[in-house]
Amino acid sequence: MTDNSRESIEKFLRSLFGEKYAVQFDDLLLSGEGTFDGTPVAILGTSSRAPIGVSLALALSRHVLDIMREHPKRSILLIVENSGQKIGLFDELMGNNGYVAHLSTCLDAARRRGHKIIGVVHDLAISAGFMATGMAASECYALNGAELRVMAPEAMSRIMRIPLERLNQLSKTNAILGPGAVNFERIGGIAGIWSDDVRGEFRKALSQPDEEDARRETGVQRGGRLFAARVARAVREGRRQL
Amino acid sequence: MTESYLETGARARIVGLLDRNSFAEFLGPTARVMSPHLPGLDMPAAFDDGIVVGEGTIDGRPVLIAAQEGGFMGGAIGEIHGAKLTGLLERALDVKPDAVLLLFDSGGVRLQEANAGLIAMGEIQRAVLATRHAGISVIGLIGGRNGCYGGTSIIARTCDWLIGSEEGRLSISGPEVIETIEGAEEFDSQDRALVWRTMGLKHRRLIGEIDRVVADDVTAFRDAAKDYLGRSRDLTLDALEAEQGFLTERLNRFHDCGDAREIWARLGINEPARVPDLDPEAFESIATTLAVQRP
Repeated sequence: MTDNSRESIEKFLRSLFGEKYAVQFDDLLLSGEGTFDGTPVAILGTSSRAPIGVSLALALSRHVLDIMREHPKRSILLIVENSGQKIGLFDELMGNNGYVAHLSTCLDAARRRGHKIIGVVHDLAISAGFMATGMAASECYALNGAELRVMAPEAMSRIMRIPLERLNQLSKTNAILGPGAVNFERIGGIAGIWSDDVRGEFRKALSQPDEEDARRETGVQRGGRLFAARVARAVREGRRQL
Repeated sequence: MTESYLETGARARIVGLLDRNSFAEFLGPTARVMSPHLPGLDMPAAFDDGIVVGEGTIDGRPVLIAAQEGGFMGGAIGEIHGAKLTGLLERALDVKPDAVLLLFDSGGVRLQEANAGLIAMGEIQRAVLATRHAGISVIGLIGGRNGCYGGTSIIARTCDWLIGSEEGRLSISGPEVIETIEGAEEFDSQDRALVWRTMGLKHRRLIGEIDRVVADDVTAFRDAAKDYLGRSRDLTLDALEAEQGFLTERLNRFHDCGDAREIWARLGINEPARVPDLDPEAFESIATTLAVQRP
């Protein structure tokens, strides 16, 4: 599992940077640097379906702070692979939400300080693991075949008391409900799913203009999330009626 | 007159927190902006999608305010609910109030709108940070029946300040989730004392996750909130480094602790077993001396 994940991430990095990159794997964390079109890019992320717990979140935010201090405005490639938040007594005792919030706050600060952060979901990203990382990026994409979800369909079915078969059926037509990168793309939750031309995709992503948050409007344009943009705008304007 | 914060609903909490007759709601129940997704799953919808947002004053000072209605779907965040919160925070950038007050009472993402709920979490968090970067104070209040779980707990910790009663809880995973995945030996969700001392707000106050514990009384929440109006925590690189140091120090200091009582003892609390019995005032006077302070 661990080796497969690392190998697959290395393969992706090779297809992106050729030989012009170096990363270190330290347990579930990976960090390093690459050169893309002659420009240095920081590489940071997690592998092996990492559960995001207090130690890992803290190690990631350490790297984000170092990048901000040592390499102002350098673009960051953020490899997003996780199984959600780490679930257990110790991490909750320590206040994992505080560690996760700090990590996403650091990424957000980097973005505001001019770092282009391109998140790329590799293999799997779940709920709070996605919130900690990919959702705080400038834009987040998914590699072809990667999975994004809030919860496994079996667990959703059990908790919502909807038979699995019906849930799967509903998920095909309802982008806001069921798992899958395609659904997240339709609601504007990710900017896109990358084709095999990852160099072209990355180049395009790096050249996207900075926007504070394009997700709601994208969801409308793609027809997957029709109401959030209009409702948020109405509240921003202080309206009594939609 | 005291009014239990825990027992009351979203609108009553807002009315109690704000100056009399100062509240004006945006997209209130008469606007009937309801979840378009719940009917398809044979679920009842609410006229306000379980959240009240608007503006008012506290001691004459302008604030924006949002309150999650725990009685509707456990305060869980769906598409409309989330967009109302995001829109309110973005309004702060335009009207520059003395603070935005967020009254959390939520289990996290609304599963019936799972993907929209999750993305809304990210949008809300980004809007909280945009508000803070604009120098506007964001104050979170926790003391409802559903606690503050899932992505909502992460949003809460993105605020400048957190105030809560000891009835409140703050964690990502809920007790049942931990027990289901890791087993009852790891976490017995029926053990209320364990739930309370691991996720409860006295523990969170002692390790520096929240700023103040108040009595379960709407007026006590109001009085505490007043102290934080117009005050911000920095988000400079140095401030983020200080937060990094604060969180690192906690792990170094308590890495071998398996129970909150060990942490409390290490903080210098003489009788950790008595912490649950302390009334909010007595607790606060101890916490002021012994609790770790978030920078």
